[in-house]
Amino acid sequence: MLKVKNLHATVDGKEILRGIDFEVKAGEVHAIMGPNGSGKSTFASVLAGNEKFTVTEGTVEYGGEDLLELSIEERARKGLFLGFQYPVEIPGVSMANFMKLAVAERRKAQGLEPLTAGGMLKYMREKAAVVELDAKLMSRAVNEGFSGGEKKKNEIFQMAMLEPKLAVLDETDSGLDIDALRIVATGVNRLRSEQNATVLITHYQRLLDYIQPDFVHVLYKGRIIYSGDKSLALKLEKEGYDWLIADYKED
Amino acid sequence: MAEQDKILSDITAKEYEYGFVTDIETHTLPKGLSEDVVRQISALKGEPEWMLEYRLKAYRKWLTMELPQWAHLNIPPIDFQDIIYFAAPKKQPDKKSMDEVDPKLRETFDKLGIPLEEQMALAGVAVDAVMDSVSVKTTFRETLAEKGIIFCSMSEAIREYPDLVRKYLGSVVPYTDNFYSALNAAVFSDGSFCYIPKGVRCPMELSTYFRINAAGTGQFERTLIVADEGAYVSYLEGCTAPMRDENQLHAAVVEIVVEKDAEVKYSTVQNWYPGDKDGKGGVYNFVTKRGICRGDNARLSWTQVETGSAITWKYPSCVLLGDNSVGEFYSVALTNNYQQADTGTKMIHLGRNTRSRIVSKGISAGRSQNSYRGLVKVAAGAEGARNFSQCDSLLLGDKCGAHTFPYIDCHNTSAVVEHEATTSKISDDQLFYCNQRGIGTEEAVGLIVNGYAKEVLAKLPMEFAVEAQKLLAISLEGSVG
Repeated sequence: MLKVKNLHATVDGKEILRGIDFEVKAGEVHAIMGPNGSGKSTFASVLAGNEKFTVTEGTVEYGGEDLLELSIEERARKGLFLGFQYPVEIPGVSMANFMKLAVAERRKAQGLEPLTAGGMLKYMREKAAVVELDAKLMSRAVNEGFSGGEKKKNEIFQMAMLEPKLAVLDETDSGLDIDALRIVATGVNRLRSEQNATVLITHYQRLLDYIQPDFVHVLYKGRIIYSGDKSLALKLEKEGYDWLIADYKED
Repeated sequence: MAEQDKILSDITAKEYEYGFVTDIETHTLPKGLSEDVVRQISALKGEPEWMLEYRLKAYRKWLTMELPQWAHLNIPPIDFQDIIYFAAPKKQPDKKSMDEVDPKLRETFDKLGIPLEEQMALAGVAVDAVMDSVSVKTTFRETLAEKGIIFCSMSEAIREYPDLVRKYLGSVVPYTDNFYSALNAAVFSDGSFCYIPKGVRCPMELSTYFRINAAGTGQFERTLIVADEGAYVSYLEGCTAPMRDENQLHAAVVEIVVEKDAEVKYSTVQNWYPGDKDGKGGVYNFVTKRGICRGDNARLSWTQVETGSAITWKYPSCVLLGDNSVGEFYSVALTNNYQQADTGTKMIHLGRNTRSRIVSKGISAGRSQNSYRGLVKVAAGAEGARNFSQCDSLLLGDKCGAHTFPYIDCHNTSAVVEHEATTSKISDDQLFYCNQRGIGTEEAVGLIVNGYAKEVLAKLPMEFAVEAQKLLAISLEGSVG
């Protein structure tokens, strides 16, 4: 589904990603961990096409296409979803209206007709229930006045609405209390299938208590330096990163 | 970024869709203004002597007046002798029956999406359509007449309801008020007149649709709305013009009288031709709009969505004379390319416990200049007056300007006057967020701008609100960055 080869990216001339190799197949869940500043969020942003970053080298293949050739919205319409670490507020634009447009675009790309107003409403209620998101939030402006937990649940809600093929969740667990974390994780688990894949970018092992990853990777200084199964996450939790990154510190 | 700028300029460069010209024979007076022209206009309209006298007084006053220069506008010199002051579609429509209206005229209004009959019946809106200088057709006269409501063209009102017109015309905006109000009083050719009798709630939206068609013509319409004690009316106004290389002058006057316990809501969606992307052509919209809450507990609310005109100079105002009267002003003014707007309101608190609320949302794109100018005046006797003003500016791109000129003139220590202002840009993060959800940049800009203007759009009657939303999105196509 996703093949990243030797990906390099810069921001303001500074190289952040320095040769990432990474592959995801349908049905898999990958966790990307790593110390602060290692390039985790940058990697997620680059996959989504954020224009702040410039790709200087490497290739990304997504569903058989050259991902880097696609615009941000084309990537989204083709089922690439980014769960934001800091979701932005859009004053005056209701969640319902925002979702209506987003879902219509996604469906159009899938060759489906837009949902009727009634169908949309039902669909929204259904998906909001998955993440225990108060349906009243649908009439509020996008993320405006949402609590931290609501914002994160709202990201998972949007993911549920858009039924992505590949979901990249950027530190969705940060700042969540244990209840919210459980709800978010339940949402992610319920959306797991053989057809889609999830990449979890996380700082803490505790998310992985709720979502079982097939692979765990360590990103450090813009490269994936180590990969393993979920036991790696437990080891990192216990021993930290030092044993892994010692060899790279001079870079 | 460069890509975004390009998309922005593409969207903002969207062509004006009402720019067609109707090929229709018009009866015009020669260019230029003189006492003789004023007399001819009056004679052509078969006006009584008092009306001619009023016009002549206004004309003589106008000769002594100077163009207002205080606005934050760069107005090229206007040759007032190079304007046609009267143009009328030749075939004078008989307003009693729709079938007799020139088919070409009907076609024009159909093209504009202003079907004068059945569809309006469905929408429950009574329409007065003014093309160039003449009122073409007023619908629903009979339905309204049953309630004693008068809704007709100004020319007709002068002939048929002279007492009402004489009582109120010029009572809120005297011809001495300013240069353009004097000019309008001298040469106004038509407009709408509306009278809601005591205790009557107008059962439908009343609407006037203005269209400038003939070349080289100025449009000077005059609207007078009177809501007698305890009456209510919601009034809508729409405007478009053909695309022409020259600038066309539109100098209208709107007067509103709100008596005790009455309420008037006046909504405008102004979409005059704004000129092309290089700033060539477009309408000069120099308009005086003012209402007075004469009696206690009267309410007057202005809502405007301004997307058109090359230059806008317009300050719909409320004189709050009656105790406990309420004035409101809700405005979205969008400028793009080389458009200039200096718009806002005046809230004049004279009565006790009078309240006013101002919500102004400016949106500037391209190389446009957008100014809010507002006056809140509290007279010595306006015990307990309250005002709240909120002026927000949204900038798209880095070549446009947003300016705020709030004036507060308070002579009563018990008054509370509040002013809030913000200036913002559409952030890259907001656009990225929308894009990441599959929403394209053009649509995202429309969405964000409409969200920004929501508080004002929500004040518009439903059918207008939808139009206004589309208009905002269209007017901005091409302007993100």
